[in-house]
Amino acid sequence: MPTRKSAPPAALRPTPPPPNPEPVDKKNWPLWEIFIRSRQGLSHRHVGSLHAADAEMAVENARDVYTRRQEGASIWVVPANAITASSPDEKDVLFDPADDKVYRHPTFYDLPDEVKHM
Amino acid sequence: MEMDLLQRFEAYIASDKKIEPKDWMPDAYRKTLIRQISQHAHSEIVGMLPEGNWISRAPSLKRKAILMAKVQDEAGHGLYLYSACETLGVQRDDTIADLHSGKAKYSSIFNYPTLNWADIGAIGWLVDGAAIMNQVPLCKCSYGPYARAMVRVCKEESFHQRQGFQIMMTMAGGTEDQKAMAQDALNRWWWPSLMMFGPPDDDSPNSAQSMAWNIKRFSNDELREKFVDLTVPQADLLGLTIPDPDLKWNEETGHYEFGEIDWSEFKRVVSGHGPCNKERIETRRTAWDNGEWVRDAANAHAEKRAARRAAADTAAA
Repeated sequence: MPTRKSAPPAALRPTPPPPNPEPVDKKNWPLWEIFIRSRQGLSHRHVGSLHAADAEMAVENARDVYTRRQEGASIWVVPANAITASSPDEKDVLFDPADDKVYRHPTFYDLPDEVKHM
Repeated sequence: MEMDLLQRFEAYIASDKKIEPKDWMPDAYRKTLIRQISQHAHSEIVGMLPEGNWISRAPSLKRKAILMAKVQDEAGHGLYLYSACETLGVQRDDTIADLHSGKAKYSSIFNYPTLNWADIGAIGWLVDGAAIMNQVPLCKCSYGPYARAMVRVCKEESFHQRQGFQIMMTMAGGTEDQKAMAQDALNRWWWPSLMMFGPPDDDSPNSAQSMAWNIKRFSNDELREKFVDLTVPQADLLGLTIPDPDLKWNEETGHYEFGEIDWSEFKRVVSGHGPCNKERIETRRTAWDNGEWVRDAANAHAEKRAARRAAADTAAA
């Protein structure tokens, strides 16, 4: 295997900060959505949002705003305008395909009482 | 179309479902929430000022660390609430400008001065106690982002009340002078704390609509009564006297009866003529203006970092 001379393996490098969402608006800083992993083994969860001039500042502010009581093991900050959301008005249509598929649930299947642990 | 949307909104409210930011909502519901949440946020921010006054004067390092943690929490609570408010389509800076121009209100309790250390105890015990009483039902309010912010706030706030009660216990159990200071603080904060629940039900024009929308769950008078019932025994425990000669237990109703609240004072303070209204807003404005170089520096730093990153990307390409 060739030895790597320059950069350490990707896994050992800190994740590069994401590009800024847009040129900094001097007045209203961009809005960032904040996701916190409360401890190893759990997924990141949305906790709220905040304003910051750039991604690094968003991480630092998120530390102060959302983890004052050891609530965090990891923080994600995502530019709010980078999120594409489904429309609540189309909610019924969008989720409709799952409505008539009860057979996707284990409770759909009747089993004889003799069958245990299935 | 509009009718369908309104029907769906009302069905959600009727079945106690949450309304989320992108859901259709009546304009009046949106406006009510913007007003209430922004006022709530402003109250957290202005609420830092009476206590901030005592950070450098706290009687011990421990008390100082605790008070700083409490004031930091209040900054955090303001930020959760501003974020919740923004989901309704307002800009943060505009909201703050409304506070500074006097257009937006905040809780009138913060227009009273903190004269001695016992006031910090009384604020935690009474003012935070009343705030919690108001805020707990808001954890179930119909607007999702507001309800979620309140859950966080309530979780964090219970230490605020306990630390205040502990200060009162220490002072009430101290020297005669210390006990007198605690009593004096109770005398000055008691009535303004009762006013925190807002005008009496028969003089609270927006309450009915807010209750119909599940923003408000209990009336002002109901919450006030609950607060008095809980707090009077705590004052007894402290050996302090509630400054109300008409206060008495009613065996039949199972509640305390209390004296007439001076609503003319409430109206005076709300309309800008309390002891500290001018000073509070002036302090906020000055803080904003003095912070301009910090915001400028953060902008410059962000631009510098972005330029460096762009240069590195070009070099790598």
